[in-house]
Amino acid sequence: MPSEQEPNIERAPARLGDLFNLREPIPTGVYIALSIGSFAVLLVVWAALTYSKLIEPLFLPTPTRVFQAGMDLFLEFGFSADILNSTYRVMLGFVLAAVLGVPLGLLVGTFKAAEALIEPVIGFIRYMPASAFIPLFILWLGIGNVEKVAIIFVGSFFQLVLMVAVVAKNVHKDMLETAYTLGAKRIQVIWKVLLPASLPGILDTLRIIVGWAWTYIIVAELVASSSGIGYMIISAQRMLRTASIIFGILTIGMLGLITDYGFKWLHKKLFAWVE
Amino acid sequence: MDEAAKLRIQQISKVYKGDGHEVIAIDGIDLGIRNREFATILGPSGCGKSTLLRIVAGLAKPTQGLVRLDGQTISGPGQDRGMVFQSYTLFPWLTVMENIQFGLGLSGMDRAQQEQIAHEFVNKVGLKGFERAYPKALSGGMKQRVAIARALATNPAILLLDEPFGALDAQTRSLMQELLTQVWEELHITILFVTHDVEEAIFLSDRVFVMTARPGRIKAEIDVPLERPRQYEMKSSETFLHLKKRALDLIREEAIKAIQCKDRE
Repeated sequence: MPSEQEPNIERAPARLGDLFNLREPIPTGVYIALSIGSFAVLLVVWAALTYSKLIEPLFLPTPTRVFQAGMDLFLEFGFSADILNSTYRVMLGFVLAAVLGVPLGLLVGTFKAAEALIEPVIGFIRYMPASAFIPLFILWLGIGNVEKVAIIFVGSFFQLVLMVAVVAKNVHKDMLETAYTLGAKRIQVIWKVLLPASLPGILDTLRIIVGWAWTYIIVAELVASSSGIGYMIISAQRMLRTASIIFGILTIGMLGLITDYGFKWLHKKLFAWVE
Repeated sequence: MDEAAKLRIQQISKVYKGDGHEVIAIDGIDLGIRNREFATILGPSGCGKSTLLRIVAGLAKPTQGLVRLDGQTISGPGQDRGMVFQSYTLFPWLTVMENIQFGLGLSGMDRAQQEQIAHEFVNKVGLKGFERAYPKALSGGMKQRVAIARALATNPAILLLDEPFGALDAQTRSLMQELLTQVWEELHITILFVTHDVEEAIFLSDRVFVMTARPGRIKAEIDVPLERPRQYEMKSSETFLHLKKRALDLIREEAIKAIQCKDRE
């Protein structure tokens, strides 16, 4: 065995160097191993800090404790309903923002008049933190789902419009002009060139925005709420159930990750033509 | 001026207004392109030759003057003037066939007929077997072949080409020039070609118009008496070399002027 391993040791430095070629692809196996490895490292650090009692369990419980808390949440506290509630609010707010924001963004990116009309206002509003609207929205919309959805909407809509506008602006002008020389009318250039050319960028934008929507749901549910993951977290805080808080945070992370991969998969499926 | 010209460029000027100063890109150009002629505008970079072509295409408005195609004044882009750009402008979400059919579909032609015409042009530009390929799978030369086929498919009255082979390597470029002459000799369509490459201009054209640098004017007109069909061996013939020397001398003066012009800015 040692005689077989030696050449490997010889080649190892060159291989390691290959991993650091700028923007060059690396073997799929290595890629997956590295991705899993980063999670493993986090878990190991967490385990080391907690099982060794270096950190008080009240501040950071052990992975086992968090797992147990999670089981309890699902089996005794109806956590599935919380997850469904939060997902519903996130998706409703996000879909509303997308349905209104994508066409508006395309307009802003396509017509200078629309840009002049819409961009300054949106540029102004988007700097207002969505969480600061909570008191206002409670006043206007009450404390039900509508208020939660409104906060998600405010948190994602304005950014979405500006990002979609940039996507539309980046469609190469030569491509639009080519369409004109092929006899396309203005409306045909929009439908047959600008829109299809923007779609991959729009889907990427939606992927990023849905991630933000997930972060806003918690803000929305921390205040004046009676269900949802955010509500669970705030109730756990009152009882000092740190493990439940951490499990709630991890759940959101997982949901975000799943949505993200869903979008990435969709992108690959729909836009195989992208260079 | 040729009264029977297919395309007439009359007293075209283009002035760009910058911050406080004006740049005269084109200054009073008069040209007549004959029916079924392969004409080339040859000039150093930044001489306004692309601007002139864009005006003919209807993509830019002249400050003064007008362009007539078959007697009709041009007011905007249209299917009667096919255009091929230097950059790769294929629609990446469409296959080779769908790209070529794009213009045909816009005018509401039925699908069967569209496909028949597209097939014909796929063959003409030598892309048989790549009908269902997406642009990302094509080389630069192949992309430009599709772009040429797409511009020709709508049967334009004139084909405009703006340095279409400028981004290609020397070997591919040379092959594409031969392909273009073949296509032209077969279809015998009127072509207005723009390039800064002297050899390319002479090899392809019946007539070469040499343009001056800023302001862009027509400095000389060179008739190319080389016989058709053009073969690449002609590039080393005495006539070719003689024409090339003449064009090179003319354009060199302009290139030097253009550089000095840029230095002063």
